[in-house]
Amino acid sequence: MNILELKRVTMQFGGLKCVSDLTLRVDANELVGLIGPNGAGKTTVFNLVTGVYRPSSGTIRFLGRNVAGRRPYQITGRGIARTFQNIRLFGSLSVFDNVRTACNMHLRHGISHALLRGRGFRAEEEEIRATVMGFLEVFELADLRGRPANSLAYGDQRRLEIVRALATRPKLLLLDEPAAGMNPSEKDRLMTLIRLTKEKFHLAILLVEHDMRVVMGICERIVVLDYGTKIAEGPPDEIRRDPRVIAAYLGEEAA
Amino acid sequence: MIEFLQQLVNGLSQGAIYALIALGYTMVFGVLRFINFAHGDIYMIGAFAGFYSAPKLLALAGGGPSFAGAALVLVAAMALCAAAGVLIERVCYRPLRAQPRLTVLIAAIGVSLLLENGGQFAFGADPQAFPEIIADSAIDLPASWGEFSLLTITVGQVIVLGSTAVLLLALRAVVLHTRTGMAMRALSLNPLAASLMGVNTDAVVSFTFAVGSAMAGAAGILTAIQQPSIDPLMGINAGLKAFVAAVLGGIGNIPGAALGGVLIGILEALVVGYISPTYRDPIVFAVLIVVLLVRPSGLLGKPEREKV
Amino acid sequence: MSRPRTLLLAALALCAAGSVFSGSINPYYHDILIMIGINILLAASLNLIIGHTGQFSLGHAGFMAVGAYSSAWITIAWGASAGWLAYLSALFAGGVAAAAAGLAVGVPSLRLRGDYLAIVTLGFGEIIKGVIQNAEPLGAQRGLGGMAQHTNFFWTFACVALAIYGITTLVHSTYGSGFLAVRDDEIAAEAMGINTTKYKVLAFVIGAFVAGIAGGLYAHFKQFIHPEGFSFLRSVDIVVMVILGGMGSTAGVCLAAVVLTVLPEFLRSVSDYPWLPAPVRELAENRMILYSILIVVLMLTRPQGLFGKLDFGRKKP
Repeated sequence: MNILELKRVTMQFGGLKCVSDLTLRVDANELVGLIGPNGAGKTTVFNLVTGVYRPSSGTIRFLGRNVAGRRPYQITGRGIARTFQNIRLFGSLSVFDNVRTACNMHLRHGISHALLRGRGFRAEEEEIRATVMGFLEVFELADLRGRPANSLAYGDQRRLEIVRALATRPKLLLLDEPAAGMNPSEKDRLMTLIRLTKEKFHLAILLVEHDMRVVMGICERIVVLDYGTKIAEGPPDEIRRDPRVIAAYLGEEAA
Repeated sequence: MIEFLQQLVNGLSQGAIYALIALGYTMVFGVLRFINFAHGDIYMIGAFAGFYSAPKLLALAGGGPSFAGAALVLVAAMALCAAAGVLIERVCYRPLRAQPRLTVLIAAIGVSLLLENGGQFAFGADPQAFPEIIADSAIDLPASWGEFSLLTITVGQVIVLGSTAVLLLALRAVVLHTRTGMAMRALSLNPLAASLMGVNTDAVVSFTFAVGSAMAGAAGILTAIQQPSIDPLMGINAGLKAFVAAVLGGIGNIPGAALGGVLIGILEALVVGYISPTYRDPIVFAVLIVVLLVRPSGLLGKPEREKV
Repeated sequence: MSRPRTLLLAALALCAAGSVFSGSINPYYHDILIMIGINILLAASLNLIIGHTGQFSLGHAGFMAVGAYSSAWITIAWGASAGWLAYLSALFAGGVAAAAAGLAVGVPSLRLRGDYLAIVTLGFGEIIKGVIQNAEPLGAQRGLGGMAQHTNFFWTFACVALAIYGITTLVHSTYGSGFLAVRDDEIAAEAMGINTTKYKVLAFVIGAFVAGIAGGLYAHFKQFIHPEGFSFLRSVDIVVMVILGGMGSTAGVCLAAVVLTVLPEFLRSVSDYPWLPAPVRELAENRMILYSILIVVLMLTRPQGLFGKLDFGRKKP
């Protein structure tokens, strides 16, 4: 069963087509890689799915409902969470508060409860605290909970972004170059972590990544973009040998 | 009809003043992305520079009001304001360049208050009569113009519009055709890339402050020719309106500042002429808000899209 | 009962106890005390907008004006029989009117940011002032007087206690984490499912409400209000308190409000001491010059504000 389905989606900025006529699907509990050379439109696809951009044409269905044109927070509310290529944490907030912020959308109580601090409010805050600490422990960030996010090491920041996205309790997680800037051993840890995340939280994951070892190592299916169009799709072994993919990455002659 | 034209003429000459001040806001914003709140007070400094230097400079030019004398006063005020602008940037803003913009903004508010209060201390709080540096009188329009000869156009207004046009063209030439101008444009597009390409950021910023402040100084003198009453707080309102003009035109955009200034000047004159002087400020701000809601980056500004 | 609520009750009891003695305080000091309370309300509420939510606003005096004029208009219309109940309803109504103005200002904040937002809020403040200047029933350019002096030590500081309790408890709650998220990164906040529109408007509405209450207290303390008293310069005063106190730090901002209220009065008194050397007295007499130099020097030396990250009771996670 597919949970995300893009049908003939085109995104145009002025005269420039960043994504053209793209059809893409992600099934439940599937790990799909989205690759392509720089400027192929990968991040634009993320921005379309999460509502940062509204597609020029085409439909984006999530769990059967069209989400194109919804505001980002509404789409997150439906169950899509993301990380950012250039890390976007709440820099001045603590690690704990970064994750807590992601629990905001699931609050049962409104502003009056926060002001009156009744029993229900305190119970809910305590519940959230436990949830957040649970997440932080799974991802080995519990010891850093009081530190401001922008004081963290680069790898920890990337991890925190994933934790924060998970705390919105998504059904689909979009990871935008999670391995960027990591060394080989950090990348190994990241791959384990992504697999573990997928199993533990029963997620579908769409992954944009440049590091082929990571992509080939964990993805079940790979979609290749070039100049905004899909040029290949299939399991890692197929993609590795696909002449169109090699041409896109290395230029025509090499193919 | 003739009344409408008259309001237009009055508005245009006031708008020219706003345009000159707005240039400084917009140039500094273009290069440093911050609002130099003290800029309106530089305009006041310009008027007082003229006030104190006029008697000596007029005597130098042969005594009595004259074009040569007025030109000397104008140049002196512009030079002094340029120096003041550069000094303020050097002492108060440059050390804060790496800080959040809000910090610099507050420092600028501090400088503004300092110039206003210091001005009251040094020049006295009461309005002063600006000396006559040029004989300002209504020009007799030829009777052959028919109805239009009833318009009142003063020598002062002609001088204001003429000087503003000259200054704007000079600025345009500097920005478009000199190396410093090119460096300025490069800096406003991408500060890091500009500095990597060998642009001396500090020098360009100083130059920007010098030119912007000189324009404000000129505006101070040109105002004083038309309305010879100056006081240390005259920069607050004029600065605010010029800032509105810069934002209206699209802050960071030099032609936008000139356009915004003229539009605000004309709008004010029309409100004063046809509605009531007491509604002047509220209507100006209401128009600004409406324009910004329709075009969030001003009339000529380009929208900035944040990269995600 | 949670700790913040206990503290609030203690603070209210302290206000009541203090009001017993406030009658015997030298009237000059009493005046300063009330102004401290009003300035704390203004600074703490603007801090919610600027410091916690990151929306730069230069029109706070406008909200204060709406509160001051609407509450004054109500108690004057009520007539001589207006008791403390009428006064409290008027204060509340003033807050609600200001909140409505905050809603009107909050809406443009959805499309504009940074400097553009600053100029729009400034514009709104000036429009409010301009409307009052043209409104005959509000005294137009002559100002409005004739309110009874209902504001006293107790009501002022009860409002201060309630406002600080409300603001701190809000921004420390999970609900209020939305404000901080909007400040740090709007795009990331949206991606976390936070309706940034709602939080920005909410910050303006709550901030304006508290500023409106402060205006009502002011009107019924000074017993005379004038449109010029709510000009752009008054807004700048409040912004300076927020920046000097350290944006986002409620405790620091309140302290800055105290310091900046007392400092001019202190300098005024210094100029009266004949035994001080003449230059010192002269400087103190020009206290506004000193004040402006202080702002510049502080920004150059302590840009994070006088008191840095000082904050009221925040539990460690």
